[in-house]
Amino acid sequence: MDNFLQQVINGISLGSIYALIALGYTMVYGIIKLINFAHCDVYMLGAYIGYFCMTSLKLGVFPSLVIAMLACTIIGVLIEKIAYKPLRNATRIAVLITAIGVSLFIEYGTMRFVTANVRAYPPMTGWLAERFKIGNMTITAQQILIVASTIVLVALLQFIVKKTKMGKAMRAVSLDKDAAELMGINVNSTISFTFALGSALAGAAGVLVGIYYNSIDPLMGVIPGLKAFVAAVFGGIGIIPGAMIGGYFIGTVEVFVSGYGNSLYKDAVVFAILIIILIVKPAGLLGKNTKEKV
Amino acid sequence: MKNIFKHKTLQKFVSILITYAAIQGLITVGIIDDYWQATLATICINIILAVSLNLITGFTGQFSLGHAGFMSIGAYVCAIITISNPTTVGFIGGIIAGAIAAALVGAIVGLPTLRLRGDYLAIATLGMAEIIKIIFLNMEITNGAAGLQGIPQFVNWTWMFVFTVGTVVIIANFLKSSHGRACISIREDEIAAESMGVNTTKYKVISFTMGAFFAGIAGGIYASYFYFLKPDLFGFLKSVDVLVIVVLGGLGSISGSIIAAVLLAIISTFLQSFSEVRMIIYALLLIILMLFRPQGLMGSKEISLSVFKKIGLKSKRGKEEV
Repeated sequence: MDNFLQQVINGISLGSIYALIALGYTMVYGIIKLINFAHCDVYMLGAYIGYFCMTSLKLGVFPSLVIAMLACTIIGVLIEKIAYKPLRNATRIAVLITAIGVSLFIEYGTMRFVTANVRAYPPMTGWLAERFKIGNMTITAQQILIVASTIVLVALLQFIVKKTKMGKAMRAVSLDKDAAELMGINVNSTISFTFALGSALAGAAGVLVGIYYNSIDPLMGVIPGLKAFVAAVFGGIGIIPGAMIGGYFIGTVEVFVSGYGNSLYKDAVVFAILIIILIVKPAGLLGKNTKEKV
Repeated sequence: MKNIFKHKTLQKFVSILITYAAIQGLITVGIIDDYWQATLATICINIILAVSLNLITGFTGQFSLGHAGFMSIGAYVCAIITISNPTTVGFIGGIIAGAIAAALVGAIVGLPTLRLRGDYLAIATLGMAEIIKIIFLNMEITNGAAGLQGIPQFVNWTWMFVFTVGTVVIIANFLKSSHGRACISIREDEIAAESMGVNTTKYKVISFTMGAFFAGIAGGIYASYFYFLKPDLFGFLKSVDVLVIVVLGGLGSISGSIIAAVLLAIISTFLQSFSEVRMIIYALLLIILMLFRPQGLMGSKEISLSVFKKIGLKSKRGKEEV
């Protein structure tokens, strides 16, 4: 039983990371129907920016987190402006291929600058190095940090999307781009804003992963990115609460597979879930089926 | 059988023979050394992969990101069979068995997932390729992450040429048949095709299975020529590699795929020692192509004269640069 609860705690920590990344995928997909393959590399860049803030600039965890989020916001908006905006009216396949191109460019461009070596995050000190024992379970302060930051960020996101004017514009554009434009909404800036929000969350996830797993490399985003996308599809792509549910579900499943089964198969199980979901309920857990009109 | 002797068919046949003889001659004389022979093998494998992916993505319009998965099935099946039976018969049997295994997996995966559209299909095929890779990583017979070594080498220029030309001819003729036209109609407009009585699911699965079959052949040739396999070779990057060729050549152009395969193989031979730079160039190529010429080098046009003459010219030009 203790082992089970311990796995649940680990699963929730990992799931928080997936949820943060999945939110970016789901928002971008909701608004321009694009699988933003470059999103997972923004997450990787976030981890590196956090790393350099902590080692070269000797900043604390929170300032590094904020700087990484800001930098990723800028990177995300730049990617959108340079690579995706000129293709607004191109075919979906062309935009998807561009996204793959951007993703490869960031990965190997980063590799060129920081080399392919794995780097270790600086060890945490002070309260972040604490461990709390409850019965036979251990909760680390880092896990609390991850879950707490996720909750705060998601609450903030929910506030922006539901209560602000920009959030209303985002929802309008994702519902019907042309109608939103006719109503006087600036579609381009709304799309950029969506990228900014998603990238900030990915940046935060990058720093949190660095703190939690302690090692980063230029290709660290690929597999978590795919899994976060699976999480977004699981919850129903384009739906913000869906991405959260999906993230926690995928995180927990992964931890349980490696805890009770064979850790070598944990990725395969996640992708198998994806294929099953796509076949059984392509719209995802919270998604609604839409009929196709000719 | 009569039309074999038609002027055009004969012309094509002769130019195929000339290309074969020219390169065979250069190999015998020693102008194409071992290093360039490896490039030649890469070119042939990439042509098979690109043309078969073009059938799925360019002609039928189904975006697949799992081509490396099918290739790996062909490669491993062929490798395991030739290791246990190192004769020419074993090699041919291995390639055919590998291709059939890949086609079977393609059909099994294709039947449910081809109901999905566009990006969902891309993600599902990507997931499938990852699952295949993980299975090979954990299997006893494939020797896991360490990989298979010492696969007997049977592939020489003749075999490569036969399989490459075979693939191109079969796929090109398929596309000219009524089945091929049905596949193209799905790309143009799936709903319209369906309302004209085309069984879209059937033709999507046929093209997917065929693509997987030829990817399996490419895998078999890869295993037999490079005599070393490990699951990491067939990751997401390999699928992207093939996709880059197809997109660069033009979605829906077989000759485009061939030209792009030759071009990129030569470029990457020169950039062998700078793998990061190669990937950066690939990435930039993809982005710039999509921004300025989304239809690729050839669009959906074909070179009308003779595709195979072109191969001959290109590889000769490649040699002169050395």
